[in-house]
Amino acid sequence: MATLLHDPSRISPTLTQKLLSLNWALVALIIIVATIGFGMQFSAANGNVDPWARLQMIRFAISFIGMFVVAMIDIRFWRGTAYIFYAFALLLLVGVEVAGTVGMGAQRWIHIGPIRLQPSELMKIALVVALARYFHDLNPARIKNIFILIPPLIMITLPAVLVVKQPDLGTAVLLCAGGFVIMFLAGTNMWFFAALTVGLGGAVYAVFASKGQEWQLLKDYQYRRIDVFLNPALDPRGAGYHISQSKTAFGSGGSFGEGYLQGPLSRLDFLPEKHTDFIFTVLGEEFGLAGAIALLVIYVLILLLGLGSTLRIKHVFGRLVASGVCMTFFAYFAINMAMVMGLAPVVGVPLPLISYGGTSMLVLLFGFGLLLSAQIHGQVAFPRRGSML
Amino acid sequence: MALRTHVTDPNRSTFSRRAFVLFGAQTAIAAVLGGRMYQLQIIEGEDHAARGRRARIKPSLLAPVRGQIFDRRGKPLAVNRQNYRVVLYREEAEDIGDTLDRLAKIIEISAPRRLALMKEIKSTKAFLPVVIAENLSWDEFAEVNANAPALPGIAPEVGLTRHYPQTDFAGHITGYVASPSEKDIDRAGDERAVLKLPGMRIGKSGVEQIEETALRGKAGLIRVEKDVHGRPIRELEHRDGIAGEDLKLTLNFDLQKYAMQRLGEESGSVVVMDIYDGDVLAMASSPGFDPNGFVLGLSQADWVALRDDEKRPLSHKAVAGLYPPGSTFKMVVALAALQAGLIGGGHAVHCGGYIELGSHRFHCWKRYGHGVMNLEDALKQSCDIFFYDLAKRVGIDRLAETARKFGIGTLPEIGLLGTKSGIMPDKAWKRANRNEPWHAGETLHAGIGQGYMLASPLQLAVMTARIANGGYQVHPRLVGERNGERVKARSLTGTGMREADIDMVKQAMFAVVNERRGTAYKSRIDYEGRRMAGKTGTAQVRRITTAERGTGVLKNDELPWRLRDHALFVAYAPADEPRYAISVIVEHGGGGSSVAAPIARDVMLKLQFPKEVPEGAVPEGADPMFMPPKATAEKDDDSDSEDA
Repeated sequence: MATLLHDPSRISPTLTQKLLSLNWALVALIIIVATIGFGMQFSAANGNVDPWARLQMIRFAISFIGMFVVAMIDIRFWRGTAYIFYAFALLLLVGVEVAGTVGMGAQRWIHIGPIRLQPSELMKIALVVALARYFHDLNPARIKNIFILIPPLIMITLPAVLVVKQPDLGTAVLLCAGGFVIMFLAGTNMWFFAALTVGLGGAVYAVFASKGQEWQLLKDYQYRRIDVFLNPALDPRGAGYHISQSKTAFGSGGSFGEGYLQGPLSRLDFLPEKHTDFIFTVLGEEFGLAGAIALLVIYVLILLLGLGSTLRIKHVFGRLVASGVCMTFFAYFAINMAMVMGLAPVVGVPLPLISYGGTSMLVLLFGFGLLLSAQIHGQVAFPRRGSML
Repeated sequence: MALRTHVTDPNRSTFSRRAFVLFGAQTAIAAVLGGRMYQLQIIEGEDHAARGRRARIKPSLLAPVRGQIFDRRGKPLAVNRQNYRVVLYREEAEDIGDTLDRLAKIIEISAPRRLALMKEIKSTKAFLPVVIAENLSWDEFAEVNANAPALPGIAPEVGLTRHYPQTDFAGHITGYVASPSEKDIDRAGDERAVLKLPGMRIGKSGVEQIEETALRGKAGLIRVEKDVHGRPIRELEHRDGIAGEDLKLTLNFDLQKYAMQRLGEESGSVVVMDIYDGDVLAMASSPGFDPNGFVLGLSQADWVALRDDEKRPLSHKAVAGLYPPGSTFKMVVALAALQAGLIGGGHAVHCGGYIELGSHRFHCWKRYGHGVMNLEDALKQSCDIFFYDLAKRVGIDRLAETARKFGIGTLPEIGLLGTKSGIMPDKAWKRANRNEPWHAGETLHAGIGQGYMLASPLQLAVMTARIANGGYQVHPRLVGERNGERVKARSLTGTGMREADIDMVKQAMFAVVNERRGTAYKSRIDYEGRRMAGKTGTAQVRRITTAERGTGVLKNDELPWRLRDHALFVAYAPADEPRYAISVIVEHGGGGSSVAAPIARDVMLKLQFPKEVPEGAVPEGADPMFMPPKATAEKDDDSDSEDA
């Protein structure tokens, strides 16, 4: 008994031990944010639980249970299934390309029975898990070798290209950012990131240079969004309309906002997509700077708790999965907030745990489940190389 | 344990370092986001809030209720009548076609109208009403109401439209309202937005036009919060407008109506006014027109018919019709001579049928002359020679000066659109307008109210009133009360005439009507205290050639209508204690004594005996008094005095 306790890495902890070592503070913050989300869905529907708040609560409840289940499962299982998961997500992305439903000008949805799924959301976590496994399995001595970067780059590029083709630039950027952050945290060569920066600069240049050419890299509407983002006055009633309306409504909130359920512009349909991408604007209008900063602080706290816990995880897979989930979470809220406040083009990224949407909720909580699992199972030892479990 | 970890995971410290860097970068980005929040909500917050308010709160005007117009005793002349109409709200209709089909069973909707409606409904926002039918009868309206549950989207509404219950009897005076034109809107200044309100009507002529500002009132304001589609959500502010003033005119509608009926088919005008306060009691212009047609828009054919009518029904002849005053001007000539001290009571002239000036002969209307004439005889028998002579003595400039004091050649201050100032020629006028010197012969023509001289019936009534009231400058007015408050009459200023001179002229005017051989003797009122004094006039429209004089001047009956003389008559009553002045003109009616004077007598009878004309007031041998068709036999609860 004593020897077993002295060497916790040899065996899995019991369920009770797992529950005790769960990061309850993080779970509490997640519940708080989700609850804010319900409140905002209720407000976006002008004080009605339908059509959004009720469904969002059900989805959260299911996803929340899922998060617990995922957290309780041994992290080594997740390492074992990492590539299968990735392959599955990639397959769905290809499936969307072949048989997806067009929604809001982009092919994003796939129907599996009664469930409508957005495979690009699933891929965000799948990619994190797959990259984590890759670097976990890698011989630490070879980490600075440039050639070991080729497989992860392929793993990032493949889904990113598929997602861009949908076309969903926002998610593609999220995938790349998440992937590169994992490569960075894995300890890869800094020169690679120098080269990447140059490469990205070149890519951005190419994107603009290709405009109007035969080999145009982005869709016309994406260029339009970028143009309008850079100069909203170009099209105040069209594409720039979303940004300017959002800024007006958000700014109207002032210090403490118009009051819950009282945001006039939100009430009067001046906000497009107010229950999804622009839900933060509703919050800003109704709760003002106080509310907006409070949410930002909670988000940063979640980041802090998530990233801080990775320092106690003893295996590479756990650390990278946990920090990858944190990065994805960060990218979600940073891009969404920047977007509705006119700091980034409108790319269709939801506000995590608050925007209405089933897939992103499910995927995020699945991600947090993995993060929690990595923390709970932070001390377990992995078989040295290659084997599945 | 630490050693073990180190062995299995040599990159752990790198991870920790890089994770720290990552978190630092993320926190920095979060700080930027926080800064942006501060910028939008605090620094620019008020701007955004203001822009938001502008986007969602739309002020809109409430059309004020237009003031109504009544005659001096409260008889309605222009009122707001409830207009029963049916509108359709697309967002509440399930099947528009079906709804219209069912509605068509109650009210008539023609096929082309239906087609136009479908088009209009489709192009109108779903929550805005489209007018399906207007001016429904009460029965139709009630039936639509009763069937409302079976007509989804259909809403019965009650609006206000202008209505002129007296139709063409007072059309020229009330005028009419119509939709404002682009020009009206451009000129409206601060009121632009009010004129642009749907269904807004403004006065286009008559009292409706001159009193537009008072009648219109002030628009109310509502501030409504609207959603992004423009659908009103809630009212934030409601400020009622100020209704327009109700006006009581000086008009005596019964008299006005009688005068219109008395003129009948003739083209002409009757003006009756109070000689002291200037109240216009009647201002008939025949033929009349029905102003109701203009409110909802006249058809092109009806408009052309009105416009091209030879008798010009749209022209308000009382103020806009100009005629040579003819012999009715002779009082002014006499007064000018008396005032200048050129003649006295004993002055006499011999009328031999004509006088000569240079190589020209100026004829009297009586071919072989009147013999010796003094002032009274000359007016009574309307001898032209006497007044040729007077005019020659007075000279045109002095004559014009006196005439202007009696309102001839000056713009009557009544404000009505189209009011004309006429012409009182003098040397300066001819120089300015014809660029020719004045000829002495033209002074003679002016002496009998012919030549260049032109005056409106209103001006002739004013002239007569100023003589009747002893030479005071009374001004005509139409509005007697505003919102129940009396409008004060203007104080009278003198004309500078001597009372004795005026009395002499008035004595002669009495003789014209009440003495044998007076030109209007057949139109006298034979009732003590109600007698009338006046002057006939016959204005020549054509030039009578010397050849015609040789063979005998053609009778009016022998001439086409357009070439016949205008018949004129001016008078006041009661003769011994004057109160009212009247002018009558019948275009191409013939002689003033035979056509215009009887009309004046009848109107004066109606004015002085509103209930029943006593036996004998119309003496034997005179034309019988005109009795209007029985439609006028409505209850008349007025006393002798027409003051309410």
